[in-house]
Amino acid sequence: MIEADRVVSTVCPYCGVGCGMDLHLKDDFIFKVTSDHNNIVNQGNLCVKGRYGYDMIYSKKRVTEPLIRKTPQRPGERTQAFDREEWRQVSWDEALDYTADRLVESYERDGSDAMAVYCCAKATNEDNYLLQKLFRALFRTNNVDHCTRLCHAASVIALQMAIGSAAMSNTAAEVITTDVFIVTGSNTAETHPIIGLQMKEAVEKYGAKLIVVDPRRVELANWATLWLPQMPGTDVVVFAAMAHVIVEEKLYNLEFIDQRTEGFEDFAKSMVKFTPEFAESVSGVDRNLIIEAARMYANAERAAIYWALGISESTHGVDNAFSLIHLALLTGHIGREGTGLNPLRGQNNVQGASDMGCMPWHYPGYMEVDDPASAEIWEKAWNVEPGGLNQEKGLTTTEILSNVGEGGVRALYIMGENPMMAEPNLNVTRHHMENLEFLAVHDLFINESGAYADVVLPGASWAEKDGTFTNTDRRVQRIRKALEPRGQSLPDIEIISELAKRIEDRIGRSGSAYWDYGDAEEVLIEMGEVVPAYRGIRYQRIDEVGLQTPVPDENHPGTPFLFEGTFPRGRGKFHLLEYVPSAETPDHEYPFILTTGRLLEHWHGGTMTRNSQLDELYPEALVEINRVDAARTGVKSGDVVRVSSRRGSIVLRAIVTEKANLGVVFISWHFHEAAANLLTLDELDPVAKIPEYKACAVSVELASEDELANPEARTRRGRW
Amino acid sequence: MNIQQEKILNGGITLTIDDQEVTVPPGTTILSAAGALGTVIPTICYHDHLTAYGICRLCVVEVEQARVLQPACVAEAREGMTVHTRNTRVERSRRTILEMLDSAVNLEEAPEIQAQLDDYGANRERFENGERRSLPIIDDNPMFLRDYSQCVLCWRCVQVCADDAQYTYAINFSGRGFETSIDTFFEQSLPESTCVFCGQCVDVCPTGALKPKREWLLEQGQTPDEIMQMTRMERRRRKT
Repeated sequence: MIEADRVVSTVCPYCGVGCGMDLHLKDDFIFKVTSDHNNIVNQGNLCVKGRYGYDMIYSKKRVTEPLIRKTPQRPGERTQAFDREEWRQVSWDEALDYTADRLVESYERDGSDAMAVYCCAKATNEDNYLLQKLFRALFRTNNVDHCTRLCHAASVIALQMAIGSAAMSNTAAEVITTDVFIVTGSNTAETHPIIGLQMKEAVEKYGAKLIVVDPRRVELANWATLWLPQMPGTDVVVFAAMAHVIVEEKLYNLEFIDQRTEGFEDFAKSMVKFTPEFAESVSGVDRNLIIEAARMYANAERAAIYWALGISESTHGVDNAFSLIHLALLTGHIGREGTGLNPLRGQNNVQGASDMGCMPWHYPGYMEVDDPASAEIWEKAWNVEPGGLNQEKGLTTTEILSNVGEGGVRALYIMGENPMMAEPNLNVTRHHMENLEFLAVHDLFINESGAYADVVLPGASWAEKDGTFTNTDRRVQRIRKALEPRGQSLPDIEIISELAKRIEDRIGRSGSAYWDYGDAEEVLIEMGEVVPAYRGIRYQRIDEVGLQTPVPDENHPGTPFLFEGTFPRGRGKFHLLEYVPSAETPDHEYPFILTTGRLLEHWHGGTMTRNSQLDELYPEALVEINRVDAARTGVKSGDVVRVSSRRGSIVLRAIVTEKANLGVVFISWHFHEAAANLLTLDELDPVAKIPEYKACAVSVELASEDELANPEARTRRGRW
Repeated sequence: MNIQQEKILNGGITLTIDDQEVTVPPGTTILSAAGALGTVIPTICYHDHLTAYGICRLCVVEVEQARVLQPACVAEAREGMTVHTRNTRVERSRRTILEMLDSAVNLEEAPEIQAQLDDYGANRERFENGERRSLPIIDDNPMFLRDYSQCVLCWRCVQVCADDAQYTYAINFSGRGFETSIDTFFEQSLPESTCVFCGQCVDVCPTGALKPKREWLLEQGQTPDEIMQMTRMERRRRKT
């Protein structure tokens, strides 16, 4: 038996659930992870990532010294360098001076618009607040974004427009108090496993009825009363048809509609055309299922909707989200316990990074950058001269890259993100990365994006620093330093502050914004002085149990569910909807619809999990295909296939499974050997600028074993 | 309002545990009622956050008027009950259970059971000729090891895998009598079963029968650096 030298309580760095976990250390080595059964978020439950995914911090591949590229890179000719031989190990002083010099060079020559930064939804609130402050206060740019753009941007916009706030309206664990809940566009059991457990518990032990609306037979469909398998991209039609039934059969809550919403009359008229028959012809979902689902949801005492990226990652993601919001506004299933609209946030701290203003249109606290009053507030807070802050909306994640080049973005700073895996249509992304004049990467590993960098700044993992994460249900929780940063890597607050001071000196803005923080809490307090939602948060108050924002003062107990009496925008607003087909639909040449997503065992671009023991559990990319489609294409489980779209092609093994619906294939986007995003479409939602990851046309054909990057990487797997 | 009235209003149940009176809500187990008095009844299979099934029988107590000893973790408190949590009869029963477990199972990594063996004055030679559970370590996945020679069949792992936490149903009892063990269905390897490797079973195992592989390698004398450098196959080969 190994006795731990110490046990450190912290929060899981993977998904938005925000599970509490205890790291057991012996000689700075985490050998076991447990969780307190009394934890309010996860009741002692963890998934495989939380339990075993910590070991990437000890990986031999991790970068633990600052590195500068040996061969100077020129725009247009930038190459990827994965081999350590291509890098020179340097001191922190040299790395930071070099980074500051190069950033300032671009800034002084090409101005604010040439600068851009990707913040990081894996990093803490404190890290993110500081990084956006650096780019806003010093480089005067709003080209600040992070992966929320690729994730829930559409949900955020739709919720903002309809009710005025984008956060999940309820606590995740409240699902056990609901009578009927819809889960759509979310493989919750794999992507938010602990919320998935709570959903199963709601069904098994509390008699709740579950309606799954998903083109895949995801695990939760096995617990569902109804499964509506719509074709990818037809969500609006299915949910509008449900609204049609609710209106037609007068199942709505007229009192709620009168008192708390606006635009109902016009909306009701616009729903007339969305008959269940029309929906069936477009989406492939049996009309009777739609009618039954509408009645079940509308007639419930308490009903809630949970959704994830299947809804938002679409060229009509905003409309998809509206179609869900309408159901809640029609029936009044919002603002009470066990009801609500719940976009499940992906990253551990995507809610926090958004709250911290890591978005091109918003300062921290969602204050709009083009509102002079907001700008004035932050000018005071950051000691910037009046009128000094940029009041133009900045570029979004995808736009930052598509604007790379002369007259556009020249210098990019990436903290922890991996656009070379995450962006759609990677061949185009590659071209943009090659055209950067300067790229600084602040990460734990040299991933596919970091390999393009001029300089790599080794940050600290979540176990090596203090700070806070804000989880999917707005709970601000502490993470704690369990061990010293490995090698020479430094806590991210230190890296950003040191870099900021060097930049201040070079551009003659010395002593403007403040950069001398004694600890992480000071950063949060500085932000809270301006942002009311975080004003009442102190580390000591969240020492054991996190508080749910908004927490407007130091005595406020936090806010478990939102919108009880009113919506932030006053009345909830119905928006008129039209059905717009997906940007790309199957045809003779590309007969299947590809939809992408995540797996239980891996995380996003794989920077963490592919460098962890998790990779041993799931080492291979697979394309999931229905047995009928497989038979038609002559594919058996384990066969090597080439999946191609108009943009690229990848080679990987097939798995024939009932998880895949007829005509729809699924590929996870974790594997660089067969990067699903080489195939996806870089069309954007016109409002939210979120790309279409969930529907593009592909072909599937047999390929040979020797075309596979790593034929040995195979394991047996029995889970759903 | 006097105490008696208050009890009735609250639907309280009054019983006597080791000569002390205590009032508890209906449905409270004897174990929790004793806990309210600060009286600790020893347990093995019981876990605060799992459904109690009274499998190990270590928590048995004597209830006056009851024919046999009652498992405190599942037996409910009743009005007027008189309970003895540790008299000679109870001690003899617990001692025998512990002695039998110790004779068959490797309890080296079960410090709580070790303390109970001492506390109840167990005679460790009493069943020294008894057959011991001797099973090979199962190393069929990268995350944790299963050494069922250390398993006391408390059933906690099965519970968390099923309706007490994970709804995954990868493992259950297999075999009968002395051959009873915890296994996947049809003796599949864990990766081939429905297991999702949440590690919950490892967390609730009271005897070290389930153990994270990293911890086991440290015990084998590997340094953290060596562990991180091993490939999966090497980690398997180092199995003793």
